[in-house]
Amino acid sequence: MITLRAVGKRFGAARVLDAIDIDIPTGQRVALVGSNGAGKTTLFRCMLGEYTHDGEIRVDGRDPRHDRTQVLRHVGFVPQVAPPLAMPVGALLRFVAETSGAAQGDMAAVAARLGLDVAAIRNRPFVKLSGGMKQKVLIAAALGRTTRLLILDEPAANLDPAARAALFDLLAERSAASMIVSSHRLDEIAPLVNRVVELQQGRVVLDDTVSQAGGLGTRFSCRIVVARADEAFGRAAAEWGLTPDTGGTQWSGAVAGPDRLAFLGFAARHSGLICSLQIMEASHDAANSEPSRV
Amino acid sequence: MLAINPAYADEAMTRDGAAARGWLSFRATFRLEIAEALRSRWFAAYAATFFALTGLLLVFGLTESRVLGFTGLSRTLVTYTQLAMAIAPVFVLISTVRALAGDREAGVFEYVLALPLSLAGWYAGRVFGRFALAIAPVAGALVAALVYGGIRGVAIPWREFLFDMGLLASLIFAFIGVGFLVSTLTRKVDTAQTFAFLIWLALLLGLDLVLLGALIRNHAPLETVVAAAMLNPLQVFRVASMMLFDPQLVLLGPTAYAIFDIFGRELFLVWAFLYPIALGALSAGLGYWALSRSDLP
Repeated sequence: MITLRAVGKRFGAARVLDAIDIDIPTGQRVALVGSNGAGKTTLFRCMLGEYTHDGEIRVDGRDPRHDRTQVLRHVGFVPQVAPPLAMPVGALLRFVAETSGAAQGDMAAVAARLGLDVAAIRNRPFVKLSGGMKQKVLIAAALGRTTRLLILDEPAANLDPAARAALFDLLAERSAASMIVSSHRLDEIAPLVNRVVELQQGRVVLDDTVSQAGGLGTRFSCRIVVARADEAFGRAAAEWGLTPDTGGTQWSGAVAGPDRLAFLGFAARHSGLICSLQIMEASHDAANSEPSRV
Repeated sequence: MLAINPAYADEAMTRDGAAARGWLSFRATFRLEIAEALRSRWFAAYAATFFALTGLLLVFGLTESRVLGFTGLSRTLVTYTQLAMAIAPVFVLISTVRALAGDREAGVFEYVLALPLSLAGWYAGRVFGRFALAIAPVAGALVAALVYGGIRGVAIPWREFLFDMGLLASLIFAFIGVGFLVSTLTRKVDTAQTFAFLIWLALLLGLDLVLLGALIRNHAPLETVVAAAMLNPLQVFRVASMMLFDPQLVLLGPTAYAIFDIFGRELFLVWAFLYPIALGALSAGLGYWALSRSDLP
């Protein structure tokens, strides 16, 4: 349970957060949205005990500022901008594992599910990795631990579709953990959450629930028929994990539920080529494996 | 099922557990600080400077030449100590504030301090990591000189070596502490560097030959002159480091006479070793106090 009461923050004369009151029950997934400068990152830093602030923040009854180790040992954090750490990936994961009481093997396993072989990049400086690889390492470091709260600042921004799908699955597996995800665009993270909080100029201007359709852990099977084989379309379809038939005109595969809008965006960009598009929801849970057409 | 270190289990979050996590945070940060520096250019340049300096001093110092009464390794040690006093403090100050303020500015603090580290353990790990890094090349180069001198059959001045190493370690710790204080009180690298440089410049100007000489010429009260000298870690180091080599204080300025007259040699020696350590500890402590009450990133 996370409680924020009258949380405010000033930088000099500028008031960045103004009387924020939010309760986040255990297991709830909250999208924190707002334009640049709305106060999302500042609020995260207050919740992580990094900023002094007015008002009161409690995570499971504890103040993250004064009880930082007790609170932060249950918090997984992925920053929006990867820190420019010169240390090798192996040293970074070792440091995170050592200081958070986790096992490096668990982090490597999460990275593998995101499509990243940690052993292959173990000696490479973290700062020299691509944006997507850095993101995967940071996600692996955050999700490869036992956490009750995940604070994710644009976690899927640099990920390819396959890694995004793996991330959604990983988040779905942590149903008991509360989650706060930030983005300046709601459509990017709406499928991940069941509640939306919008900040504007440091104030909460919207606090609403989100429909669960196509939520975390769901899969959509897809089939696309194109008028002719096309190289550019083929490359993009392959990135989405679709496989062609022998003639290259029929493509099929599956996309993660939370990614379905992005997938339709991909299809829309090639609409001049597409003759037929079929997309069917199939629950990720075997108990509800009956497909339903949408 | 994810593995979890027993030190982080719920039942371990006691006072004893907090101490254990503080030590764990210190150890992990200390090791990381060392590993990061060993990959960095500043440390390579810093270490190369001292080893090159020693090499040059050995080449020109182990001959039969006599300079101001010193020969062989004693001469090398005297020259090295004085040069180290000129180089190490500014290098330590600038590299420390650059690393800390730079990490803060680049967002490293945001990520690292979101991990369940004890803030005190992390801070102490960085302080002592920096200290180890700063002293290692200074001591390493000197040890290399002793080994080389031993191979050449030159008499090794053990007493002077240990004495000066202690003084150098004490001096470096003082500047590490000051560097951490400056870094925590400033938010930007440029500001931190400017403050660090001005502090070093002020202490340099406060040496016997500059400010103190001017104070004496202008008939400033003796207490003022002595206080200015005793509070300047560079001046304290300079006087103390020459005591063994120059008991008659031929090479030192007028302040040294006044200091010895007032305090005596033994008391001054105690001051020379302990004051810089206390200054460094106090500065680093103030830095931690300021950091723990301000925004961390």
